[in-house]
Amino acid sequence: MSMMNIFSVSGSAASAQSQRLNVVASNLANADTVAGPDGTAYKARQVTFQTELVGARNDPTAAGVKVSAITEDQSAGRRVHDPKHPSADADGYVTYSNVNAVEEMVNMISASRSYQNNVEVMTTAKSLLMKTLQMGQ
Amino acid sequence: MLNRLTDTLDFQAQALTLRSERQRLIASNIANADTPGYVAREMNFAQALREATGTAASTAVLKTSQPGHIGGGADGTVASNRSPEANLAYAAPSQTNLDRNTVDMDRERASFADNTVKYEATLRFINQNVRTTLSAITGQ
Repeated sequence: MSMMNIFSVSGSAASAQSQRLNVVASNLANADTVAGPDGTAYKARQVTFQTELVGARNDPTAAGVKVSAITEDQSAGRRVHDPKHPSADADGYVTYSNVNAVEEMVNMISASRSYQNNVEVMTTAKSLLMKTLQMGQ
Repeated sequence: MLNRLTDTLDFQAQALTLRSERQRLIASNIANADTPGYVAREMNFAQALREATGTAASTAVLKTSQPGHIGGGADGTVASNRSPEANLAYAAPSQTNLDRNTVDMDRERASFADNTVKYEATLRFINQNVRTTLSAITGQ
């Protein structure tokens, strides 16, 4: 029954999107983090998606998703001149994390829409399967 | 006689299997809407159904090794037994993406709804067929 695979396909996508949402949440939570004792501030993280065939014998019609990597944005953090800040360096600059809040919000909306799409696919597939089970009655 | 009763049922069963395969294909496209480099696939449903039900014009031809043998295709090979993937095409991207992903969510959602309705229609055809056959058997 090829429709049983829909739950693996959409389920893997929903799980990948929720991981992306999780990363966005930690980025937004750390948007205003200043440099810690080691001198490096929080780096924004980004998930990378990859296609993963979930069906038997590498069937291209059952293509799920997996998170292949979580990468850190290596760009320099935001530097603000604030000599009175306890974390200020010798020149009076405080290094914040390099999280771009606007980008993260866009990422969040995109992830939540994709998640909704996959849930709707699963709901439809489930109702179709239930009707198929009642076939001939 | 009996095969006439079940011929329609066989056809609808093949159609239902193909519909569920197309459903899975569209679900894969929707699942990979954010995967970089993913290329959306689409099924040539009419062609796949014609091949599955054997109503295609001369898809299977006999292999011949002697000039006197009956029935050979132009190249003398058996053209049936094509894999289901043979009917898969790459969807033409309407708007190109920076990450080379060609999933068009509007089109996929529309195809998904369309396929859902047609799957249910095929299911109803099957149910009605079974009911008709049953009432013919019971004669009431």
